[in-house]
Amino acid sequence: MAKMDFIKLTIDGKIIEVAKGTTIYKAAKKLGIEIPILCYMDLENLNIENKPGGCRICSVEVEGRKNLAPSCSTDVAEGMLVKTNSVRVLNARRTIMELILSDHPKDCLTCAKSGNCELQDMAVKLGIREIPGQEYAEMSTYRLDTSPSIIRDMDKCIMCRRCETMCNDFQTVGALHAVNRGFEAVVAPAFEMNLEHSSCTYCGQCVAVCPTGALTEVDHTGKVISALSDPKKTVIVQTAPAVRAALGEEFGLKPGTRVTGEMVTALKNLGFDYVFDTDFAADLTIMEEGTELLDRLTKHLNGDKNVKLPILTSCCPAWVNFFEYHFPDMKDIPSTARSPQQMFGSIAKSYFAEKIGIKREDMIVVSIMPCLAKKYECQRDEFKVDGNPDVDYSITTRELAHLIKQANMDLVGMEKSDFDQPLGESTGAGVIFGATGGVIEAATRTAYELYTGKSLESVDFKQLRGMDGIRSGSVDFDGLEIKIGIAHGLGNARKLLEEVKAGESQYHAIEIMACPGGCIGGGGQPLHHGDSSILSARTKAIYEEDEGKVLRKSHENPYIIKLYEEFLDKPMSDKAHQLLHTHYFDKKKNTFEV
Amino acid sequence: MSSVKIELRKDQIEKIHGFCDEFNNEAGELINVLHKSQGEFGYLPAEIQEVIAEKMNIPVAKVYGVVTFYSFFTMKPRGRHPISICTGTACYVRGAENVLAEFKKQLGIEVGETSEDGKFSLSCLRCVGACGLAPVVQIGDKTYGRIAPDDVKEILKEYES
Repeated sequence: MAKMDFIKLTIDGKIIEVAKGTTIYKAAKKLGIEIPILCYMDLENLNIENKPGGCRICSVEVEGRKNLAPSCSTDVAEGMLVKTNSVRVLNARRTIMELILSDHPKDCLTCAKSGNCELQDMAVKLGIREIPGQEYAEMSTYRLDTSPSIIRDMDKCIMCRRCETMCNDFQTVGALHAVNRGFEAVVAPAFEMNLEHSSCTYCGQCVAVCPTGALTEVDHTGKVISALSDPKKTVIVQTAPAVRAALGEEFGLKPGTRVTGEMVTALKNLGFDYVFDTDFAADLTIMEEGTELLDRLTKHLNGDKNVKLPILTSCCPAWVNFFEYHFPDMKDIPSTARSPQQMFGSIAKSYFAEKIGIKREDMIVVSIMPCLAKKYECQRDEFKVDGNPDVDYSITTRELAHLIKQANMDLVGMEKSDFDQPLGESTGAGVIFGATGGVIEAATRTAYELYTGKSLESVDFKQLRGMDGIRSGSVDFDGLEIKIGIAHGLGNARKLLEEVKAGESQYHAIEIMACPGGCIGGGGQPLHHGDSSILSARTKAIYEEDEGKVLRKSHENPYIIKLYEEFLDKPMSDKAHQLLHTHYFDKKKNTFEV
Repeated sequence: MSSVKIELRKDQIEKIHGFCDEFNNEAGELINVLHKSQGEFGYLPAEIQEVIAEKMNIPVAKVYGVVTFYSFFTMKPRGRHPISICTGTACYVRGAENVLAEFKKQLGIEVGETSEDGKFSLSCLRCVGACGLAPVVQIGDKTYGRIAPDDVKEILKEYES
């Protein structure tokens, strides 16, 4: 780069040279100076930047400039002299914080976000001890909006608008937008209807980035504790692949630390009768989805005009909600295979309940998920038998961490245990469901061997991995080139879907995950607080777990083979259809059901 | 929001689509499209916002956000004779507040409301650029200057029949 593209400036007495167009905030960060931020968010790996310049907490003093400058949205200039910690800056920052706090509820002790709240942390950092004029401050009184997955408590909204960026720019869902003005301004769905009636997919990315307690998940830990203490119930737990790659963070472990064995021990200590693995159901998903892919592919190649390609994955419940709301005319394109969570519940309450000789009503199935949409998914009517849901409660990685802490346990130093059998055995293919590209890689491992009758030399399809929003690859199935598309983030999914709609898609199969990085970046995971390198660390952990497995292809899972022999017959059999497949609905929203 | 559900006729929807097309369905022209639509229908109920959002490919939450941000836009139907009282600085210091109070009293409605017979609605605005005539009142397209509370009754009489 030419010399003139660089700019030299001084921040807190230190000289630094940065590229033109860099903000003061980023230049300071390079010097190791962490200017406090509240509304600003930069998820570098994902190209997501929220920069409304609204909260002004990051204000700094620039010599020769009359007003303080918001460092998050002010570009550097040659010879600039910046002070991030002058008395003037510190006083202004304190006043700004006092104003933000003046109409913020003071219920920190009982707030769901307490201890994990960026606003609370900022108050601690700035040493706020009182709020002058508090007794005259008008408090906002917005109604609480509770949906199956997400709770909106807009009294706690500080208008950072990070949620709006995730919902509109990254996910293109468009459920949330800033409405009203002045004191009444909040982020809300159209016509301030309940989230439940909006186009929200419950992906939970708004919750994942909210710096306060304004957006939180519906907490089901109380219901789980009640179930565990009921002697008449057999309580079964399943854990999603992405949970083991992130749960450790809640206990102070480095991002990317795998805690599979420790998590199993903790769950057994909590009193679950059987600790099983959603990865088992992921292997089962591959059997069904992979078979469906080959079936549709074969028919398509034989000229059957009624069979459509590409086939789209259907494991992600936010993605399912997305196409049901936004592309209902394409609801016959995704695979009919249920998600692993629901396949697990269905098999647990039929096959396994039969095996241990209990009625389905006496069995409670709990799932530990990195996801908020799973809470909604398990409540869908089509996943109930006579009103009894296949999965009773879905709790997040964060909620599990709370449960473990409440029970006086620490994951650090805990001994490791193995999952119970038969629904706890899984292959590496089931594990990688937790990362973007993983489902289609797992499907490829199985589909290749079933289609060609040959054994794969290497099961690692590295071309399908990565963090780019849209990726593609092709695999040679013995002379037949299978083209694969991958998208994570619903905005990226939308692009691939528009192609399919226009008849321009070149792919045979497409994998979609709603969250950044896939499930490892789900709305129920430990909060990343704007550090997207955490997502990469979790991805790495997922692939390490896969590499460490003896079996890495779903169709080689001995308990899956047994399940088909004893119960399901073969993939896509009538019984498999009844228990493991689903259908989709046209849910284009009628916005007037307020 | 208003709880009255409105059924838009086909020709009304086409009219709204026409406004959107006039501005090439560009997201940046949303305010202009809203202006035109409110000019045509008198207000912007949820149903109209939905049609605009769908046609312009903008989330309806965003359209609602813009409608609620600008005080010019309204989601409530206006009366056949919309009354706007200027409460800008010049009008205010020359007694606009008392004029406003008299209109409220005579009509029995608050700012932002419409009289039961649908005849009058009341709103405030900030400066129409006729400060020499302060305090200023506009009813429909007609402007009244140097209004005192005592004049209100007479003015309203003009709209009888």
